[in-house]
Amino acid sequence: MQETLEALQKGIISEQELNQAYQDRVSILNPKLNAYLTICEGHSGIPAGIKDIILTKGIKTTAASKILDDFIPPYSATVIEKLLKQNIRVIGKTNCDEFALGSSGENSAFGPTRNPWDVTKVPGGSSSGSAAAVSADMCVFALGTDTGGSIRQPAALSGIVGFKPSYGRVSRYGAISVASSLDQIGPMTKSVADARLVLDWISGGDNYDSNVWVKSPAKTLATIKGLKIGIAGEYFSQGLDAGVEKVVKQAIKKLEEMGAEIVDISLPHTECAVETYYIIMSSELSSNLARFDGIRFGKARELFGPEVKRRIMLGTFALSSGFYEDYFIKAAKVRSLIKKDFEKAFEKCDVIAGPVSPTVGWNLGEKTNNPLQMYLSDIYTIPANLAGIPGLSVPCGFSQDLPVGLQILGKYLDDETVLRVGEIYQEATVWRKEKPKI
Amino acid sequence: MNYKVVIGLEIHVELNTSSKMFCRCSASYFGEKPNTHTCPVCLGLPGALPYSNQKAIEDCLKIGLALNCSLADFALFERKNYFYPDLPKGYQISQYRWPMCLNGQVEILGKNGPIKIRIRRVHQEEDTGKLFHIDNQTAIDFNRSGVPLVEIVTEPDFTDSEQVRDFARKMQQIFRYLGVSNADMERGDMRLEANVSVRPENQKALPPYRVELKNINSFRFMVSAIEYEKIRQIKELEQGKALTDETRGWDEDKKITFSQRSKEEAKDYRYFPDPDLPPQVFAQDLKNKLGQGMPELPKAKIERFSKEFDLSQYQAEALTDTRELADFFESAVKQGEQEKVSAKEIANYLINQKIDFQVITPKDVVAQLLERRQDVIESDEEITKLAQEAILKNLQAVEDYKKGKLASLGAILGFMMRETAGKLDAVKAQVILEKLLNP
Repeated sequence: MQETLEALQKGIISEQELNQAYQDRVSILNPKLNAYLTICEGHSGIPAGIKDIILTKGIKTTAASKILDDFIPPYSATVIEKLLKQNIRVIGKTNCDEFALGSSGENSAFGPTRNPWDVTKVPGGSSSGSAAAVSADMCVFALGTDTGGSIRQPAALSGIVGFKPSYGRVSRYGAISVASSLDQIGPMTKSVADARLVLDWISGGDNYDSNVWVKSPAKTLATIKGLKIGIAGEYFSQGLDAGVEKVVKQAIKKLEEMGAEIVDISLPHTECAVETYYIIMSSELSSNLARFDGIRFGKARELFGPEVKRRIMLGTFALSSGFYEDYFIKAAKVRSLIKKDFEKAFEKCDVIAGPVSPTVGWNLGEKTNNPLQMYLSDIYTIPANLAGIPGLSVPCGFSQDLPVGLQILGKYLDDETVLRVGEIYQEATVWRKEKPKI
Repeated sequence: MNYKVVIGLEIHVELNTSSKMFCRCSASYFGEKPNTHTCPVCLGLPGALPYSNQKAIEDCLKIGLALNCSLADFALFERKNYFYPDLPKGYQISQYRWPMCLNGQVEILGKNGPIKIRIRRVHQEEDTGKLFHIDNQTAIDFNRSGVPLVEIVTEPDFTDSEQVRDFARKMQQIFRYLGVSNADMERGDMRLEANVSVRPENQKALPPYRVELKNINSFRFMVSAIEYEKIRQIKELEQGKALTDETRGWDEDKKITFSQRSKEEAKDYRYFPDPDLPPQVFAQDLKNKLGQGMPELPKAKIERFSKEFDLSQYQAEALTDTRELADFFESAVKQGEQEKVSAKEIANYLINQKIDFQVITPKDVVAQLLERRQDVIESDEEITKLAQEAILKNLQAVEDYKKGKLASLGAILGFMMRETAGKLDAVKAQVILEKLLNP
């Protein structure tokens, strides 16, 4: 985006030419990739793709669900209003898993999105369309949402940058709530610098979201020398693909070569993270989706897809009388322990580095018959949502010709350090220059 | 076997804040065109989030203080999950495990002296939309959705329906004194639910069931419903039937209660803390500030008026019926001090006349009293004669007074005032009348 903005400013290209170029590319590529559910015409502004779970006034917003297949919102999310003020144009609403529930994009009611690096593979989810659109140059940047890894994981699988801010930095007003205490809206971009810029645009309180804090002060990390990077044994254990592990470890080595200090840390409650997450997320979700009753807007509840129904039932059960203590309360308590794990670890290090996903993109249809297996692919990203800490995915290489992402996690509200580490890494490597041959 | 009735009350009072509880829509919906005070939040549209109304929260705390509750250090909004077309989010934001106010009490006057009614809790929640049934269809107006409500729950300390009415009236007066609500039953800004059961006379334990009387919009109907219910329940028990939890309404035409919902449909609301709203923490500073800012409530005002202005209990109660009247009275007394018009004179005048506050000022009242003095009937002889006539013409009031209803004296006095077009020394007249009735 920096380059785009510079070119516009210098008059090398006009906004009209910029938009025409992207519009043409979208018309050619979208039938192949199914990244966009709705495409908007336009000639001015910087074109951005918006995940179809974020409300855009006057532009159909479906959450990739049949229930909302003709829903035209009467208002825009706060983040959209903020972007419009920065001369950003919505070029389209990107595909995702239905109601942001999924890790591959295959739960969309309107067909899955394909990975631009290999159209037989998944781009990751739930922000599947946003990841593919940025990766295939169908927009300058995109917005996604991250509840258990839904920005970071597709960013990793599609070879782009994805950032989940600290919980409470960005207003959720106007983004359909999945799990209220876990969701955050965040940027999906080509470069970390772009991610920082977009984050700056969309952050901040609005007197609508009660959980938004004031922007955290930006402190710029001048050099990576002496920065302590924590490596957790729990993030390099069974289940992690050997090819992915190799690439991620190389990336960490690179950081070490640049002057960072590697520190061993432990996050002992990682093994409970997935169960804890699914109980809390499903419980909050079951309540959040109760408003979709077909009375004031939208269609009948029978039209919810199977994964959505599955999680509503799970959540309703976990909150029921007689089970609430054993499930929801228990999960809430374990969540505190996971948070404490990070607090303890951050006494010994400044950031934590590791893989984003245990594997690279897998074949479309490969895991759809096994929801539990699908859930386990979020093991490395889920803890950050439970603890509310910031998390970045930055491209760090390839395995089996498919992108691999490096995850950087930081202290709560220390988003800037996380971004800076990613930026330093990106500037010192060439992965950014690689583009899918689509 | 003799049975006694056990009653607990739930009061919902709608606050008169300018905005709704969780959004900035106008909260004054009465009489407005349907669905004109709505926004994504109170319509439960996708993506909408709640944002608390601080004034409403303070009003709830004030109500707690007025009912002698202790204010929590920490409170939490929780979601009460259930489906109903007038509940747009599919859940109501309420309070469950951590209400804002707890363990208060209010004193009312029972047949045999003062009774303490314990207040279990006072908490905050939001109102629902309103359903209208037109022909075969149902329409929903969401203007009321999200309006702030305060819920007050008492312990089952009531032992008769009169107590319930007195308590409800007292609550209404307190809400109006605090200025937090119109508390009008007909308009629906104050709603009563009574939980009624019966137990054998000497049994201390609470009965194993309770019947909830709901959707009754006047004190009078509530009293009738409770009386009817008491008799109905005793009859059922005497016939050997077991009674279970139930919800019943009151049919004013048929003068009976009727079943609305039975225990089988008891709901699991799956309460859990609302993740969209941060926990509420109430610092001692805030509690002190609210405590200091409380207006003088009726009980304290009655005591003060009796002492300061040498008024009877009846007079003090009458003059403190509303805050407006009480303030008007005190203002007039201040004016009267300069003109040597006594508080007692002013009291009697205000009690016996119907003052239109829009038109008459306290100064006017004093002036009128001064004017009257010119031709006031003062002689004991004349007054005694008038009093004897009044007694003969008001035999029912005399009987009531002799039975202990002190207010009936006022009725007779009022009669005398009207007969003399107000030209009576009311203070003297009262003394003489009392002497005649208590030989």
